[in-house]
Amino acid sequence: MILEYFTSLDPAALLRSLPGNVAQGLIWGIMALGVFVTFRLLDFADLTVDGSLATGGAVAVMLIRGGVHPALALVFAFLAGMLAGLVTGLLHTALGIPGILAGILTQIALYSINLGIMGKANQAINVDQYPLVASLRYVTGEMSVRVMFFAGIIIGCLVLIGILYWFFGTELGGAIRTTGCNPNMSRAQGISTNFMKVLALMLSNGLVGLCGGLYAQYQGSADVNMGRGAIVIGLAAVIIGEVLFSKLCSGRSLAFAYTMMAVIIGAIIYYMVIAIVLWLKMPQDYMKLFSAVVVAIFLAIPYLKGKYRRKRRAVPKQ
Amino acid sequence: MSYMLELINIHKAFNVGTINEKVALNGVSLQLNPGDFVTIIGGNGAGKSTMLNAVAGVWPVDDGKILIDGVDVTRLPEHKRAKYLGRVFQDPMTGTAATMGIDENMAIAARRGQHRTLRWGIARKEREYYCELLKTLDLGLESRMSTKVGLLSGGQRQAITLLMASLQKPKLLLLDEHTAALDPKTAQKVLDISDKIIADHSLTAMMVTHNMKDAIAHGNRLIMMHEGRIIYDVSGEEKKKLKVADLLVKFEEASGSEFANDRMMFA
Repeated sequence: MILEYFTSLDPAALLRSLPGNVAQGLIWGIMALGVFVTFRLLDFADLTVDGSLATGGAVAVMLIRGGVHPALALVFAFLAGMLAGLVTGLLHTALGIPGILAGILTQIALYSINLGIMGKANQAINVDQYPLVASLRYVTGEMSVRVMFFAGIIIGCLVLIGILYWFFGTELGGAIRTTGCNPNMSRAQGISTNFMKVLALMLSNGLVGLCGGLYAQYQGSADVNMGRGAIVIGLAAVIIGEVLFSKLCSGRSLAFAYTMMAVIIGAIIYYMVIAIVLWLKMPQDYMKLFSAVVVAIFLAIPYLKGKYRRKRRAVPKQ
Repeated sequence: MSYMLELINIHKAFNVGTINEKVALNGVSLQLNPGDFVTIIGGNGAGKSTMLNAVAGVWPVDDGKILIDGVDVTRLPEHKRAKYLGRVFQDPMTGTAATMGIDENMAIAARRGQHRTLRWGIARKEREYYCELLKTLDLGLESRMSTKVGLLSGGQRQAITLLMASLQKPKLLLLDEHTAALDPKTAQKVLDISDKIIADHSLTAMMVTHNMKDAIAHGNRLIMMHEGRIIYDVSGEEKKKLKVADLLVKFEEASGSEFANDRMMFA
């Protein structure tokens, strides 16, 4: 029985699925960067992303169907995401709604808006008809197409990291980091913490929208449910990246850039682990449960570690 | 000559309409001349920190007016008042950003009251300047410029916060029990640094303290608060001659009650 199970596993199948997982990880890595901006830099758990990811996808797909170039459509996906972030930011800062709830409200509202943008729950774009920026087809296609695709997306990710590195090194970006680290001190230093929160939420959801636009092209369609659970994937990527690479990143002169790279690698690892678990024939239906458990464990580790350490310290020395 | 700070009949109550209603400031009026260094004492809940927070704009006051160097700031939010104010808090964690370097913290403070632009957050020349400033603290921090502030001791953090408060010369320096969380030796060191910074930049300053000796030893003016009011205000020669025992008598006279606050007795 057990032998039967193991002999039924095909290592070649896992290997074949690898490039697809890496591509998926790279694309979702952009989304994870967005989550990194809010969750780590701003210290704000933003649930808008489940909605803004689909918004990015919907906007991109509808624009492409309307004749806009797929690359330009990504710009609009980014802007649409920013708009979603603006709404959450204003709900939170101008109307005083707690952060988590503000995100949920926008996310729910976006469900209707996404349906409105697409006219129905799902809209497809065919890679044969449009010069898409990303597509599953490129991953399985000829070698030259594959190389072009992966080179393009990796360079794209590095450029994004470069831009973010620059931005968070400026006075404005520094003010966002300060806001996330110590809001009281920020206000005492003349920083409008509300403005910085809105700005960071816009930037973050812009990245998430961009990821949505790219992912919709990759899978050849936008779906109103494509963002469901996105926050968990984003968090998983951030946390996996931190756990595996934090020691490597800290203390270096470009530590911040390395950390962002680690986030994207975290997303790739996440999709590889998912692929392995699926390959082991775990039912697809349990994937979300699996993701949630993994994220819960990794979020709990630092807390439990601290608690254990405090207990040990509390024991007086002989 | 206009006053550097003018408080006119400030009122502030918390938890209004609930069982926990507390009148924290009950008609506070105060005028500070440029260069005044006033120490503020009083029992727990007397309104000392609340008065500083009212000046800083942490929340809007219920009634009254606040003028800083002639400018009415009563309706300005906290971050807009910040350009006039340097602040150091009781909790060393409050004044600095723990996950950012010493140099980054100073660069943030150096831009207090200015627009944050897309210019790079810290210039090379700035770092050299901060390095020189840190040397004056004599805490060995100048060699650890990019160390995360969270790794420093409370005293070191307070010293840096003081330095940060003076990078952009404030019209008013607010010290809110900024040595209360430190051990006596470190507290003394931080007080010395405070004195030096106030003297070097001829700042107008307000310092809340629980320590009567410190309140007498520092500054040119002393006020005592009780139940949201200023009950005693002394300056110049009279203040110089003050002794802790005098303050205790004054307190009993003015408030009509025994001095029952242990923390103030520590002095």
